[in-house]
Amino acid sequence: MGSSKDQLLVRLKELQIDFSQYEHPVVLTVEAQAKYVGNKGGALSKNLFLKDKKHRYYIVSALADTKVDLKVLSQRLGLGKGGLRMAPEQALGEILQVPLGCVTPFALVNESARHVSLLLDQGIKTQERCFFHPLSNDISISLDAHGLDKFLKSTGRDPSYVDLEANPPVGKDQPPDLAAFIPSGSTVLPDLPDEAPASQDSTGNHVSAGTKSAAVIAVKPSGNVQNVKEKPVNGARPSIPSANAGKFVEELLDKTSTLLLSEISEDSIKQHGGQLGTEVVNNIQKCLREDLKNLATIFKNTAYTEGFYAGIHYQPKRL
Amino acid sequence: MEKKEDQQLQQEEEQVVNPWEVSAKDGGKIDYDKLIDKFGCQRLDQSFVDRVQRLTSRPPHVFLRRGVFFAHRDLNEILDAYERGDKFYLYTGRGPSSEALHLGHLIPFMFTKYLQDAFKVPLVIQLTDDEKCMWKNLSVEESQRLARENAKDIIACGFDISKTFIFSDFDYVGGAFYKNMVKVAKCVTYNKVVGIFGFTGEDHIGKVSFPPVQAVPSFPSSFPHLFSSKDDLRCLIPCAIDQDPYFRMTRDVAPRIGYHKPALIESLFFPALQGETGKMSASDPNSAIYVTDSAKDIKFKVNKHAFTGGQESIEKHRQYGANLEVVDIPIKYLNFFLEDDAELEHIKKEYGAGRMLTGEVKKRLIEVLTELVERHRRARAAVTDEMVDAFMAVRPLPNMFD
Repeated sequence: MGSSKDQLLVRLKELQIDFSQYEHPVVLTVEAQAKYVGNKGGALSKNLFLKDKKHRYYIVSALADTKVDLKVLSQRLGLGKGGLRMAPEQALGEILQVPLGCVTPFALVNESARHVSLLLDQGIKTQERCFFHPLSNDISISLDAHGLDKFLKSTGRDPSYVDLEANPPVGKDQPPDLAAFIPSGSTVLPDLPDEAPASQDSTGNHVSAGTKSAAVIAVKPSGNVQNVKEKPVNGARPSIPSANAGKFVEELLDKTSTLLLSEISEDSIKQHGGQLGTEVVNNIQKCLREDLKNLATIFKNTAYTEGFYAGIHYQPKRL
Repeated sequence: MEKKEDQQLQQEEEQVVNPWEVSAKDGGKIDYDKLIDKFGCQRLDQSFVDRVQRLTSRPPHVFLRRGVFFAHRDLNEILDAYERGDKFYLYTGRGPSSEALHLGHLIPFMFTKYLQDAFKVPLVIQLTDDEKCMWKNLSVEESQRLARENAKDIIACGFDISKTFIFSDFDYVGGAFYKNMVKVAKCVTYNKVVGIFGFTGEDHIGKVSFPPVQAVPSFPSSFPHLFSSKDDLRCLIPCAIDQDPYFRMTRDVAPRIGYHKPALIESLFFPALQGETGKMSASDPNSAIYVTDSAKDIKFKVNKHAFTGGQESIEKHRQYGANLEVVDIPIKYLNFFLEDDAELEHIKKEYGAGRMLTGEVKKRLIEVLTELVERHRRARAAVTDEMVDAFMAVRPLPNMFD
């Protein structure tokens, strides 16, 4: 049985939190709420009740004007791009024990909401007062951030405010900045595998690296290969020539053609006549030999390196 | 060398040549004859060059033809053995003290690549990151990083990965390698090492105990993954002549521990742009052409800084010709890098007679150097971290004599 709004208000008074309250007809949206308390000297808040794929719940409490992008938030939490959805209506009643349109940080007073994570908009701190529903949407109360914090601390939470509009990059070298807000200890139902690779043993790692893309992405192997230090590389490295036989042959032909063309001219034809062929061949061999050998050595070294890399990542046959 | 140099020899001041310092007597050139005398190695004469040509069935490398590699120890024994069918392996190295490599650094590697191709033999390359950590006071991590970076430029010289093992001391010292280090160390007294390398009581013990590290790659048993069945294999070490002290020590020790003495083939120093008073210094960017220099840089450096024997004015030059007695850097550099013997002769003749101007010689040099650096850069671009890992992996080289 959740707290009622009266119990909450009593509690707030006991905590000596300064607030103002306004009664009005039931409102389900911020716009509707604005009609009644929009001019009462407090900023309006919008409150979202969200759920991720692992059945963890979040309340995002922000100023009505703050832009909240669920895709960005999802990434910042480390849930990938589409990891956050609006929670289903039932969850409102079951977990927050509030009616529709009444999502509020105050719902966290309920035991059932113990594992719900709260993200507070830092914009709230900039306002003198902010409006929230105290567990019922026929009342709005306004209080300042300090008061809100006092309340939250009384529920055993440590309030922390976040710039909800920020969109920092999230990648291999930049971990999701809001990862700390993921609830721990919540009941996690088995779910579909998502993008973030779960930590497997080392062979598992290699398999996922192998299937991700052709030999271009090097993932740090977990210590089972000595002597090889690999740098994690994102995607294609532009200046790497792989041992491409076609390209190699084109380079050889290019060099030979250039030399050939320079050797055959009116003068040289006059000079050598029928012997021009032999003369040109001799020159080509003399000039190109070293050059072509060098190209071939580079090709060989590149191919060997590809084979070496494949060898050290090879999965022995399962018996 | 000139007579006046002989008189200078009687003075107190001597030229200094050791692995950490190379300087001629004031304002003079390095006296290589004296060096050969003092060190006790042999001159490499034309008969050797001819013999190499015969044995390898290909024209000898430009560095051999021009006397860049001019001294040796026991090269005849290596060639004798080779003729009998007994192969050898090559050993060379680099002290990775800086990221920037200049042409002088590439010289031993260019020559070693030629030797690998011509004789079809394997090669080990030692990166003495520990040495630079100690002597240049670099952090361990920095010296290891430089070693890997330098390895890329070395690989770009065109070594065959199926016959080449590159290793850094911090990675590889241990096991059989270390056992040989101890064997060598036991044979060299503290006094001896002070005598050879000039250590003092103030030098830390790291320096004093380093020489065995550079000595033992000369012994095949240091590389059990490569030469486990060939304890008898001989070693040839191409290097610049300032490294001779390490190998004098090694050759002294080798028979006492039952190993062949390594053979050496040694090169001149590559002179700085400003003239031959010493070797190129990685700390003075204008003393050298770096492998990262652009065509513009090369043009600027040669035009502005190369010391020449040209006369002060065109008229004088046309009259007297260039002074080739002093070290004319463009001619000297062309001596190293211009492949065509006939063209080089022609340039020397015309320049010496005054018919060719300094500017023209410099122009030709700029062309040659630019092509060289360009080729190196292209090859370097093809070297990846994975390729470095592969070259440095402790792996068998089954086709190393093919």
